[in-house]
Amino acid sequence: MADSTAGGILTIETIDLRKQYDGGVEAVRGLNLRVPAGSICGFLGRNGAGKTTTIKMLLGMTRPTAGSGRVFGLAIDDLVSSVAIRRRTGFVSDEKDLYDSMDAGDLIRFTARLFPKWRADLEQQYLRRFEIPLSARVRTLSRGGRTKLALLLALCRGADLLILDEPTSGLDPAATEEVLQALVAHVAAAEGTVFFSSHQIAEVDQIADRVAIIDKGRTVVEGALDDLRERYRRVQFVFDADAPAVPDLLAQSTGIQRVRRSGRVLSVLTNGSADAIIDRARALRPVSVDVATVTLKEIFLETVTAEDSGA
Amino acid sequence: MLFRPNPSLGVPIYLQLMEQVKHAIETGAVRAGEQLPGIRPLAEQLVINPNTVAKAYRELEHEGIIELRHGAGAFVVPRERSRKATDALRAAQSIVASAVHSLRARGLTDDEIRRLFEADLAGLAGAGRKSRTGGDRG
Repeated sequence: MADSTAGGILTIETIDLRKQYDGGVEAVRGLNLRVPAGSICGFLGRNGAGKTTTIKMLLGMTRPTAGSGRVFGLAIDDLVSSVAIRRRTGFVSDEKDLYDSMDAGDLIRFTARLFPKWRADLEQQYLRRFEIPLSARVRTLSRGGRTKLALLLALCRGADLLILDEPTSGLDPAATEEVLQALVAHVAAAEGTVFFSSHQIAEVDQIADRVAIIDKGRTVVEGALDDLRERYRRVQFVFDADAPAVPDLLAQSTGIQRVRRSGRVLSVLTNGSADAIIDRARALRPVSVDVATVTLKEIFLETVTAEDSGA
Repeated sequence: MLFRPNPSLGVPIYLQLMEQVKHAIETGAVRAGEQLPGIRPLAEQLVINPNTVAKAYRELEHEGIIELRHGAGAFVVPRERSRKATDALRAAQSIVASAVHSLRARGLTDDEIRRLFEADLAGLAGAGRKSRTGGDRG
């Protein structure tokens, strides 16, 4: 199946991007990202997988040690172009670091003056929707309130790209839904692009059309979510006696991600052709064959743990 | 109109949305000539990706079920057989409902029932067909 990025403009692209910190720790060691304009890309990975380091490199806050990366076609490791990148990008950090001593209304007015493309219409809309108390000191806002304020500032500055580091962490379901809705609206409205890291696979499932899974600094899965959903299948065979070992099946079929034997059951996770595997397994005379779709959560757990126990 | 795709189902959301639009047409919830919600409002209402809604609409147009009029929106294409299909589907619904009812009465869980249906459909279709399940109507 043709990749949905074919022919489209890439807002973010990295090729074999690496970052080694001074202490020798290699936080990112081969990251390949392709985020087309107008898409929402969910960025998944375990704690310490390299998500925040990646985001910092995209924003020019830390320099890559190898590989290349471009945002809006501009090199992320060039000081001048990195300023241009930040001018067109709204960033909501994990800490939602805001000026704590200001009140919310002052902070909004202060930020609005910095950005000539400030969207007063969006400001009014999100003030109403997010119910931000204008006279409250920023430091007294709840976690949800801080997030919504940070998001409002990022949305209203007229940015083409939003980069968010775990925007919904610690939020209740209602606040989470409001944040997701704002991200959808950003893409629906003006061909905006969203790149957000998350631990909530369900919300990536819900709003993303692309996903990148990073494990130990490397991309292990990257692509259009619908393509992944259509490609990945779990094929389960049940046998009369203990499930046979099947090295031939493994050797001949492409796309096999994982094989598990448990008693009479043989389970194969593939992102290739389930039919080809079934054809090959026919000679083993299974008594039953099931093909099931695979959720993003399963793909995540399988690719991340496989990497963990393997290489 | 109530579309409710389930993102964590493992089935592409655009396929679920397509099935639900078809279902809405077959049950008469939306009729020939009527307008479907716009891509942007529907995406915001369901809080799903607008590209996903656009893809579902494109595919439905490709299948001749809806018509995308430039700038005006998506409209259900009139069909001669829509009335007959509606009746057949209503009858089928009651068969399914009674099957589900009696399976539940035997103590099966909804998940078990769903798997049985899916396994049976997969079995009948043979190994060659690409499964196109969608629309999680429990």
